[in-house]
Amino acid sequence: MGTAARRAAEAEAGAAALPAPRAREQAVARRSPWTRGPGFWGYVFISPWLIGFLLFTLGPMLISLYLSFCRYDLHTLTWVGAKNYEVLLTRDPLFWKSLGNTALYVLFAVPLGLTGSLLIAILLNQKVRGMPWFRTLFYLPSLVPAVASALVWVWVFHPDAGLLNHGLSRLGIQGPQWLQDPRTALPALILMSLWGVGGGRMIIFLAGLQGISDELYEAASLDGARGWASFRHVTLPMLSPTIFFNLVLGIIGSFQVFTSAYVMTGGGPNNATLLYVLYLYNNAFRFFKMGKASAMAWVLFLILLVFTIIQFKNASRWVYYEGGEKE
Amino acid sequence: MATAQAEKRAERGGGAVPRSVVPRPARRTPRRAHPERWVTVLALLLISVGFVLPFVWMLSTSLKTLDRTMEMPPRFLPDPVVPQNYLTVLQNPKLNFPLLTRNTLIVAVLSVVGTTLSSAIVAYGFAKIRFRGNGTLFGVLLATMMIPFPVIMVPLFGIFRWLGEHTPVPFLGTLTPLWLPAFFGSAFNIFLLRQFFLTIPAELSEAAQVDGCSDWGIFRRIVLPLARPALAVVALFTFMGSWNDFMGPLVFVQDPSQYTLALGLQTFQSQHGGTEWNLLMAASLLVILPVIVLFFMAQKTFIQGIATTGLK
Repeated sequence: MGTAARRAAEAEAGAAALPAPRAREQAVARRSPWTRGPGFWGYVFISPWLIGFLLFTLGPMLISLYLSFCRYDLHTLTWVGAKNYEVLLTRDPLFWKSLGNTALYVLFAVPLGLTGSLLIAILLNQKVRGMPWFRTLFYLPSLVPAVASALVWVWVFHPDAGLLNHGLSRLGIQGPQWLQDPRTALPALILMSLWGVGGGRMIIFLAGLQGISDELYEAASLDGARGWASFRHVTLPMLSPTIFFNLVLGIIGSFQVFTSAYVMTGGGPNNATLLYVLYLYNNAFRFFKMGKASAMAWVLFLILLVFTIIQFKNASRWVYYEGGEKE
Repeated sequence: MATAQAEKRAERGGGAVPRSVVPRPARRTPRRAHPERWVTVLALLLISVGFVLPFVWMLSTSLKTLDRTMEMPPRFLPDPVVPQNYLTVLQNPKLNFPLLTRNTLIVAVLSVVGTTLSSAIVAYGFAKIRFRGNGTLFGVLLATMMIPFPVIMVPLFGIFRWLGEHTPVPFLGTLTPLWLPAFFGSAFNIFLLRQFFLTIPAELSEAAQVDGCSDWGIFRRIVLPLARPALAVVALFTFMGSWNDFMGPLVFVQDPSQYTLALGLQTFQSQHGGTEWNLLMAASLLVILPVIVLFFMAQKTFIQGIATTGLK
């Protein structure tokens, strides 16, 4: 998944989860005395983004919407109406296959990743000796460029000479063919994604944990809450905004996983790892079905939009905001 | 909760990063060891092994001879040790490491300069200047962060193709599409910097205003110097993102002479991957190394930067 896109998603989720106090923003604006004219200089300052937004975001989005109703192979462009969508939804088994694979990937990689990073953050928060050392160590894998980590894991998953099957054979287990077997290829990609649980998400959890005041734990322990009870009734509620943030961006990110599938399996074997964005990419840049690819892009965009909206709607049920004020 | 809290904290400290959230080195464990603490350390050690093993495996393979890589059972200590693998990789004409590094650096440096500069300018506009539509446009900016690259890559490809055909500047097949958008600011970085600029006291700019300083002057002489830590975070993240980017180069770059490291590495693998694992691992390590060195040099900035994104 694109780092930039993921980071953007992270920030978006964060920003939206914690809406900037508008009143304050206006107060700042009111205080500033250098407003002459109708904020002319304001537009001048934001113009780079404004132009970039039109050229590289809004423009492409609209073009993409238009293309999704056309047949376009980079040479000829013909309007075909909703045919691309119709083909995708009714006559393209690979579309559903890729969507299903991606759904499975998201369904397992996101909860496992969240639990893993939370677990590591909790362990690191126990005031043990050498914490910064451990933190660095857990963080390192997430620094590795996606292509490089994909290559390393192809080698780790190698059925004969790979590290993983060697370890399994030491335990008396005959390891599977991993990436060569349609049944284990997707689980292998999910397993590999867990190498990155010590990255940004874990650091954000750790910061969240350290933001919980000791007084709460003391109060809870006076009430007799220890261990699990204290985790369940203090840590989890206090951490829920952070969990929410990581969940939203985790889902957005996992829907876009591309590099590992492209490099490690190319979508195989037997399309077992054909993830959504990989199929989109293939349609666009291998089969040059730009119209169909654009339709897929819009379907993806709508899926992410719906998911994000649902999560925000549900958030008030389980996300606890300290002070209770949430606009 | 977090917004208000973090902002309050930042206001008090006046710094980009609320100090209190940044993981500090743990206090020394008391002499009388808790049993739970031992369990924690043991768990941490066990998990670390899992995290480190792929690195060790990579290093070990990169130092083996080709036939030893397929040895059963595999050994962690290469015998004989072949550091020449690294030279072989560096001098391999098919991989052309110096060229790949040069291309990657061009894209990374231009992206860093472009994003940092333009995002700071835009962030200043959003944070410090009152104009009609400020709030709405900022909302639009936040919303754009949800749009994934795969959604717009097809039309972007088309746009760059069109631009290349209708202007004297070639776009596709050059590195330009990879860094040009950076000069128009990136939503994430604008957001990050705006939050930081809001914490700079208005009195400072007001004083400068009285002395006849323009907005540009305030931005140049007051805000930018104060924002150095935040700018460092933006620059670092952008560099890493650009160095690691795979999909961008895959879509926009066509000529092997313009390949970046990530793309070159993947091509090398698809051509020889099934066989020469020692060379492939050496090449991977060479691509990873600069990022890890950079991380160690700027670890504090990194961790603080990430911790802040989660809280604001």
